[in-house]
Amino acid sequence: MGLLYGLIAVGLALIFGLMDVTNFAHGEFLMIAMYLSFFLFAFFAIDPLLSAPLVAAAMFVFGAVVYLLIVRFAMRAKTNAGMVQIFTTFGLAIVMRGLAQFFFTPDYRSIPQSWLGGKTISFAGIFLPEPQLVGALVSIAAFAGLYFFIHRTDFGRALEATREDPGAVALVGIDKNRVFAFGWGLGAGLVGLAGAIMAVFFYIYPDVGASFALIAYVTVALGGFGSVFGAFAGGIIVGLVEAVTALMLPPSLKSVGIYAVYLLVVFIRPRGLFGSM
Amino acid sequence: MDKNFAARRRRDLIVAGALATLAALAPLFVKDVYVQNILILTLMYAALSQSWNILSGYCGQISLGHALYFGIGAYTTELLFTKFGVLPWFGMLAGGGIAALIAMGLGYPFFRLRGHYFVIATIVIAEIGLLLFQNWEWAGAAMGITIPVRGDSWLKFQFLRSKLPYFYFALGLCCLAWFVTWWLEDSKWGFWWRAVKDNPEAAESLGVVVFNSKMGAAAVSAFLVAVGGAFYAQFLAYIDPESVMGFQFSLLMALPAVLGGIGTLWGPVLGAAILIPMTELTRSYIGGSGRGVDLIVYGALIVAISLALPQGLVSLFSRAKAKNQVKNQVKGATR
Repeated sequence: MGLLYGLIAVGLALIFGLMDVTNFAHGEFLMIAMYLSFFLFAFFAIDPLLSAPLVAAAMFVFGAVVYLLIVRFAMRAKTNAGMVQIFTTFGLAIVMRGLAQFFFTPDYRSIPQSWLGGKTISFAGIFLPEPQLVGALVSIAAFAGLYFFIHRTDFGRALEATREDPGAVALVGIDKNRVFAFGWGLGAGLVGLAGAIMAVFFYIYPDVGASFALIAYVTVALGGFGSVFGAFAGGIIVGLVEAVTALMLPPSLKSVGIYAVYLLVVFIRPRGLFGSM
Repeated sequence: MDKNFAARRRRDLIVAGALATLAALAPLFVKDVYVQNILILTLMYAALSQSWNILSGYCGQISLGHALYFGIGAYTTELLFTKFGVLPWFGMLAGGGIAALIAMGLGYPFFRLRGHYFVIATIVIAEIGLLLFQNWEWAGAAMGITIPVRGDSWLKFQFLRSKLPYFYFALGLCCLAWFVTWWLEDSKWGFWWRAVKDNPEAAESLGVVVFNSKMGAAAVSAFLVAVGGAFYAQFLAYIDPESVMGFQFSLLMALPAVLGGIGTLWGPVLGAAILIPMTELTRSYIGGSGRGVDLIVYGALIVAISLALPQGLVSLFSRAKAKNQVKNQVKGATR
């Protein structure tokens, strides 16, 4: 489960953690991706595992468009830019939830059967549910890919440089909006992957994103802003803590452990585990 | 400059007095219970937002966890009332006091955090509070508390026949929150807070005790919000954890101040006066379909206002004033 949280958080780690843009609509991005995957299954009988790249591609476009149409302007604010970003994306989240309710109705939906759903795999005597296992593998791959991308390619460097000083990068010929639109696309694409896999074993409804969004923020902050590895480690810790808390406390309190660990970590180390900011 | 400042403050006070008098007369013309309801909620959110603004606007410590204090105010009052028969008036003060103490207790570790780490910590702590209350059997757990009817009087702070007393209390609370802000704005604290917001290091080097001033702001802010929570509980006569401590309250408290103008005296009132009726009207006129159209409209309006007026609606007034000043200067120069 930890790696799944990691998978949801990886997109946020890019947008929120690396680009330093607050995105309160992250959970709604996940919700849209889950619906996309559901409809691809319902209408075209494409298994979520196969449609994952399609969903990711669609979400890439969606993320980039959202940046260009809305977020770009929120970032131009000279004063209290943080609040403007929070409430712009919060408003966006409400709109997306409303649209989902309007077009998809508030009904709970699920993908009844898929290649992965409900199957388990026996591995050295431990039974693992297949969807979670695939999710974990995809999550590791996504983190590795993002890490490589940020640290080894020109684009990744451009992204970090743009966050540091948009004025200076303009002087060396980097278009801030192009870089950030691409970054938002990539972040949303990663959420798309997460959504496609989550769709296999979670109910899909307009408010589904909200329950995951807060944990994703905590994951990113726990690992530390500006660190891809941190978000990965944060995801694993969150998963472990949740499992341990669920053993000790009633299930309805399982998130308390996650929150308490976050507070403990930032009290000791105010920039998260591996944060650079 | 100094003279202008004093004049501006006097003018603010006069305008506030006039508005409050006007509001107090409103029930003479508004007999419709539904409209009265909207007015009460508007005043309550104006008060809450004004209180939130003290810590987050003036002192710059953005909190998205104020629902915690709201819930504590509501729960303290109702637990004392239902379990021990303590009058809500005392419960209200007790709730405020407890909330202020908790705010300072939390402030001790929290105020070391900066930026996103701080904001997320405030969200998380409110969420912990919510989960704990949902599992606290003695306090009604997720089922909440239904407030028993004990009479129709100011003493018991329960009114069955008319909503007007609630209206006047909400108005009073709103005036109190406004006045506290007005008074603090020009006090030593007000100047410290703004210094802490703009540049904590520089403020510290000039002798501002940054930590204490954040604590002061947190305590005042939490106290007022908790009193608001106590009011809300008596007004609804029913509370459960989600409906008084949910994350949406933290956002609803912040939203009017942000839309109106964060860190300004008039921002929260102005924001609430526009936002709350808008919320209620979209909900009742287009929300009936159950298809989320109200959410679409509401969300889109928030996006539009945030983008169009990043400094809040208050900036419209100052912009107009700046234009006038330029005009006057030009006139002066040509003369």
